Amino acid sequence: MSPVPAHDFKDSRSPDFPTAALPLLQDAQLRNNLRHATGIIQGKRARVVGEMPDWQALREAGQRIRAHAHEYLDLYLEQFEDRCTAAGGHVHWARDAAEANLIVVQLAKHSTGKVIKIKSMTTEETGLNRALEAAGISPVETDLAELIVQLGHDKPSHIVVPALHKNRRQVRELFARTMNLPDLGDRPEDLAEAARLHLRRQFLSTPVAISGANFLIAETGGVCIVESEGNGRMCLTLPRTLISVAGIDKIIPRFQDLEVMLQLLPRSATGERMNPYNSVWTGVHPGDGPQEFHIVLLDNRRTEVLRDPEARETLHCIRCGACQNTCPVYRQTGGHAYGSVYAGPIGAILTPQLAMMERGQSLPYASSLCGACYEVCPVKINIPEILIHLRGRVVTGRPKALSALHPEAVVMRAMRWIFSNSTRFSMAQRVGRIAQRPWIRRSGWIERLPSVLGRWTRTRDLRPLPAQSFREWFHGRHESSAVLPQSSEPHHE
Amino acid sequence: MGGTNHPQSCHNLPSPTMSEIPLHDPMSARSEILARIRSANRGILGVDREPTADESWRTIPRTYRQNSSLADAGRVQLLTERFIDYGAGVYKCQSVDVAAKVADILQSRTKQKLLVSRDVDPMWLSQDGLKFVYDNELSYSEIEDCDGVLTGCTVAIAATGTLALCHTSNGNRRALTLLPDYHLCVVRASTIVETVPEGFRALEAHRLQPITLISGPSATADIEMTRIQGVHGPRVLDCVIVV
Repeated sequence: MSPVPAHDFKDSRSPDFPTAALPLLQDAQLRNNLRHATGIIQGKRARVVGEMPDWQALREAGQRIRAHAHEYLDLYLEQFEDRCTAAGGHVHWARDAAEANLIVVQLAKHSTGKVIKIKSMTTEETGLNRALEAAGISPVETDLAELIVQLGHDKPSHIVVPALHKNRRQVRELFARTMNLPDLGDRPEDLAEAARLHLRRQFLSTPVAISGANFLIAETGGVCIVESEGNGRMCLTLPRTLISVAGIDKIIPRFQDLEVMLQLLPRSATGERMNPYNSVWTGVHPGDGPQEFHIVLLDNRRTEVLRDPEARETLHCIRCGACQNTCPVYRQTGGHAYGSVYAGPIGAILTPQLAMMERGQSLPYASSLCGACYEVCPVKINIPEILIHLRGRVVTGRPKALSALHPEAVVMRAMRWIFSNSTRFSMAQRVGRIAQRPWIRRSGWIERLPSVLGRWTRTRDLRPLPAQSFREWFHGRHESSAVLPQSSEPHHE
Repeated sequence: MGGTNHPQSCHNLPSPTMSEIPLHDPMSARSEILARIRSANRGILGVDREPTADESWRTIPRTYRQNSSLADAGRVQLLTERFIDYGAGVYKCQSVDVAAKVADILQSRTKQKLLVSRDVDPMWLSQDGLKFVYDNELSYSEIEDCDGVLTGCTVAIAATGTLALCHTSNGNRRALTLLPDYHLCVVRASTIVETVPEGFRALEAHRLQPITLISGPSATADIEMTRIQGVHGPRVLDCVIVV
């Protein structure tokens, strides 16, 4: 709908999850770094969650606040708009990524050819940086890790620690070259100091800042942003104009609800009792901070997610990342395999829904359904159940003519035919025992099956069928002796 | 806006209104999104959404801890532990000794020129060799030029080691505690609560002001997962608890 390039969940072409994961699984360095980083964060989270006697009560309240906010979402968005406008803010509405980018680009044209940015998942979702660049505006990322990635023309390797793949010597080399600091040391403190000085000039000289938002407060029209480094406060305070982009799902009803969210989020995200800085502002505050404030409320198919009773709680997500750090699949592959800005268990349910099930269909299968994500989710999103529900939608969404011939459907029909008759079942076992022989490796495992069945063994090893089935053994016992032998063997079937 | 460029005066331009932005029917974006939400919710929750939003909000279970179980000394102790954990300095003194304590700390930190926010009690300031500056529309470079900033706080939350600052434009704006490299905060013991909900009850009256919650100096773990203290905000945070 606009000449501005935008990330679109429907249009992007990327390989399916198993294909994308394959090269990543062979990158031992990345996997080590991932395990290290996610392990540290997981440990910290477990410690600060464990000390809270009322953690489950907070989760329950968090879930109910989010569910309630979405039941009354239209009213709360209107209330937010009213109050924010009354406080001097400008509220914009965007149906999709392209519309949001267009609004932001038009507003940012006031700037001096650049804008400063706070790391934001929502603007990554809309591909805002590319839209800004296309309009001749350079976005300057101010989060330390994002700065490292941006200066190195690199890609983030991890959602929590985007510059995970760079060690201190590499960062030193990068900063020394791009900031013209030949004598820079390589201690993390030296590097942070260099970033502080480099960015301080940007903070003080750039008239427009762009942020996301953690929470929109309907009652007051206020916005809350949660951060650690202080780059957020700089962007929210120093420029003349502030533009925030927020998904419509970010609404909480009242200021008081922050007492729940600000307990759940930091402990779940970084394993801190509280993150160093939380900022709340409402519209424009004369004499303090930006004197022009815009907020863009983004739909981008969130209303489609809302439409599915089984999956709408996906929108409860407060983007803490706890499900990623605990996920046995994510901890092996990292974020890139998901082919989306939203990775890990939450990405596996959010991405295909935002793409209206037209892309990311492999993602609901990128899970062992172990349930760890549900256990750590601070707002109790039942991710495993939604994964199963979405698998169902993937299958039923296949064109009717094709679905009957889909290999999975054919195999399932064959299995039903075999399993529904004991003669056919034992016959199949006997045939299988012979047919499997060429595929059993010296290790005693089946590591690769032919043709369609190979999709099963692509990511799993299989135990061969045993020489004797349980039923054969059971029948054999009755035939050989009328009285069961008094052995130590267990027979409590 | 109208496509003209005013790079020199961009700060003074009025903000563009929606009518100036060449969008496809921006008002319909609003009504379309709201209509989609209503239709999605109607399909699931039924036509009559009962009870009202307010009534429904009140039924949200809040069985989490809402009140303190600690006596005054316990809250001071917990807050002290949290600050130490964050790498902030903690000092305690009686109310009559605050000025002397502040002077002591500033001397040991070799800070001489201090910004003073409007919520600071003048009794906390001593004049021996220190220069205290109030914010009378100072420029950002004048704020940066100070060695640090001295503030009070509206409420302190012991469980999370959090200082809540409620800002006002007349001498207590956000930039004061952001640009200088050092922050000294005086906390009256009577303003210390234990739990986050108690803290938010105290902030309720200030909910339309800009609010900054500060829990230790700024920090990052972006390089090799090593925690580095002090990135963009004040790198050193000290706190005097007035008992």
